[in-house]
Amino acid sequence: MTGTMTLTRLALRRDRVPVLAWIAVISVLVVAGASAIAELYPQAAQRLALGVTVGSTPALQALTGPVFDPTSVGGLTAWRVTTMASVLAALMSILIVTRHTRAEEEAGRAELVGACPVGRHAMPAAAVLMAAGANLLTGVLIALGLAGQGLPGAGALAFGAAVSGAGWTFTGVAIVAGQLTAHARTANAIAVATLGAAFLLRALGDAARIETLSWLSPLGWAQRVRAFAGERWWVVALFAASGLVLVAVAALLARRRDLGAGFVAPRPGPREAAAWLRSPVALAWRLQRGTLLGWTVAFAVVGTLFGVLAHSVGDVVRDNPQLADLLSRMGGGADAMTDTFLAAELGVLGLVAGGYAVQATLRLHGEESAIRADPVLATAVPRRRWAAGHLGIALAGSAAVLAVAGLAAGLGHGIVIGDPAGQVLRLLGAALVQVPATWALAGIAMLLFGLLPRLTGLAWAALITFALLGQLGELLRLEDWIQGLSPFAHVPPALTGPVDPAPLLGLGAVTTALALAGLLAFQRRDLRGN
Amino acid sequence: MPAVLISGLVKRYGKVRALDGLDLTVRTGEVHGFLGPNGSGKTTTLRVLLGLLRADAGRAVLLDGDPYRNAVELHRRLAYVPGDVVLWPTLSGGEAIDLLGRLRGGLDQRRKAALLERFALDPTRKGRTYSTGNRQKVALIAALASDVELLMLDEPTSGLDPLMEAVFRETVREERAAGRTVLLSSHILSEVEALCDRVTIIRDGRAVEAGTLAELRHLTRTSISAELDRVPGDLARLEGVHDLTADGSRVRFHIDTEHLDKALKLLTESGVRGLTCRPPTLEELFLRHYEAGR
Repeated sequence: MTGTMTLTRLALRRDRVPVLAWIAVISVLVVAGASAIAELYPQAAQRLALGVTVGSTPALQALTGPVFDPTSVGGLTAWRVTTMASVLAALMSILIVTRHTRAEEEAGRAELVGACPVGRHAMPAAAVLMAAGANLLTGVLIALGLAGQGLPGAGALAFGAAVSGAGWTFTGVAIVAGQLTAHARTANAIAVATLGAAFLLRALGDAARIETLSWLSPLGWAQRVRAFAGERWWVVALFAASGLVLVAVAALLARRRDLGAGFVAPRPGPREAAAWLRSPVALAWRLQRGTLLGWTVAFAVVGTLFGVLAHSVGDVVRDNPQLADLLSRMGGGADAMTDTFLAAELGVLGLVAGGYAVQATLRLHGEESAIRADPVLATAVPRRRWAAGHLGIALAGSAAVLAVAGLAAGLGHGIVIGDPAGQVLRLLGAALVQVPATWALAGIAMLLFGLLPRLTGLAWAALITFALLGQLGELLRLEDWIQGLSPFAHVPPALTGPVDPAPLLGLGAVTTALALAGLLAFQRRDLRGN
Repeated sequence: MPAVLISGLVKRYGKVRALDGLDLTVRTGEVHGFLGPNGSGKTTTLRVLLGLLRADAGRAVLLDGDPYRNAVELHRRLAYVPGDVVLWPTLSGGEAIDLLGRLRGGLDQRRKAALLERFALDPTRKGRTYSTGNRQKVALIAALASDVELLMLDEPTSGLDPLMEAVFRETVREERAAGRTVLLSSHILSEVEALCDRVTIIRDGRAVEAGTLAELRHLTRTSISAELDRVPGDLARLEGVHDLTADGSRVRFHIDTEHLDKALKLLTESGVRGLTCRPPTLEELFLRHYEAGR
């Protein structure tokens, strides 16, 4: 462990700005959520009404979790922002840990450091310390911020602890993921997939009221700390313990492997390239196909689960005649509720597919930074064809994963209600209307790559902003034009009637403009080198 | 027309002038050595020639074309080996060689097989498992197996062992015999001396010397060490003599090559018992230029 503190200072020196930005976004998000709820729902009766609506809308609970205390501002804040803040804290932790462990090994810098009088575990220890510190600071700021809003101190503290706790557990997940594979990209994928699975378990558990499922997920624990609703402090211990166990597991794994190696020994590859590997598009496909396959499988699994579950969401209404009566007078019913649930979940998948589109487009940036673009562009490959290869994978891939999710959800739901063919068509359509919005994200990433290659990270910031606008826009009653900044605000409803093609064409035009501008800018700029 | 013609080339990165009025001519069919200390602008020059960077001022003509505007057509006629070879971690060496060759417009499978044999490279290993030298071999084989007019090699042997370096020299000689032009940026002076017809030395983004090795040597000094019957007193006063040291009957000095004749006459008049006369090594030439800038 010798040298841990020096390495922690090095990590801080390299990443203080982005990490502080993460911390600021998460804590401001929570405090702003609380202040918005206090402002928009000042009366206990208004809050109760909101709580009852939520209680009868499983689609909302799938996104956010259950309401434990609908009467207080704190209780509603905990319902609305705990999951979001916890997911962000988990993402922050995963990115910090991978960047300072596996990515360093992959880049060979760990060897430089490892040859110094530095302990074998110093590098992962420094990464864990940094992530733990960032989560702790986030929790403290949240607690202070919420208490500053006049909310009860115990609840504020519990809220902060829940968010930090989720971040800490995923610090552990990321450090273990970094032991399993030799690639930073794969390590990130494993950890983020675990986070996705945790979200899914909690969403299914909360929507279908299966407590056991929710308790299997660290994101479910974060809700079940019950901030502002009779705090359950022992749940915080679950976070602490799970994080410690995972860190210990990682340390054990690290002792059984060499620096730079993963647990899977590299296998030899082909002596010659396949006949089709002869164009920049083919190279982009060869490089990206593994990742796309992973995303496709994940979308198929998630789509199936949502599809199978959707019908039981309507059961809440079927079992409750008064609620059914109320909803039917509002123009809905059990089936409408199922549709709302499906539309909401497909909307989330649309955002996630936007993440795929950003990641796949930014492979361009990765290839350029690693100086793997130089040898390709020194052959008879025009820049625009090289860039269009990866962009094409991003566009086709995001459409493909959404189509797979729609097909899977349609099949699952159709089999449950005995109408597979009809539901497959309907849900495939509902999934595909998201495609132009995800493409807009690929367009943004392409524009940044061409114009501001140092700031490609802003594409991720755009994705998070759009997600927050979608999640909080209505609640904060933001003006239409602000909500309309997100391409996902323009996705037309597809389950309730014929689809309006105008917004889809509009999004397509925006994507084309952004991507073309990015391509043109890329053709005119210098390539980054070492 | 020469294969490469650069005049007054300027490339700025912010305030830093990476290239500051560079001149460079590579004649068709020659092996041209491009020498310079770290950070002197060699790689920047090559990247400008490849159209990866745009120059801020000056002129660069590559194979009668504009390296930026005609990049794609020109790249069919040249092959490049970067100084820092980075391969795709999940592609095997064989896949990378085939891919780069095909992107360039095709590669000679028989030549590839022969080169794999000569460089003793296992093409089935994945990119991330190669050592520095083996990554360099992958890039070299991909370049040498292509049928091109110009090879641009950026310190191509810095990671190769002596055995492989000998193979590399052999192949470069064959390339020249086949009429190809080679622009070889290098640090290894013995390699440049062994392979290059002409040399350009670059410092701080400017060419400080260019010509054949013989021409460059002519501009410099020969070092002489002589054992004499008696040390002539007027040796120190002779034009062109530098760094004279006398140790008993033994003298050592450097002499400007144009005054060599007079100095030798003076020595023979003083009764020569032993004489060592050594032409300047490229290293001395090189060091003189580098140190002059300090």
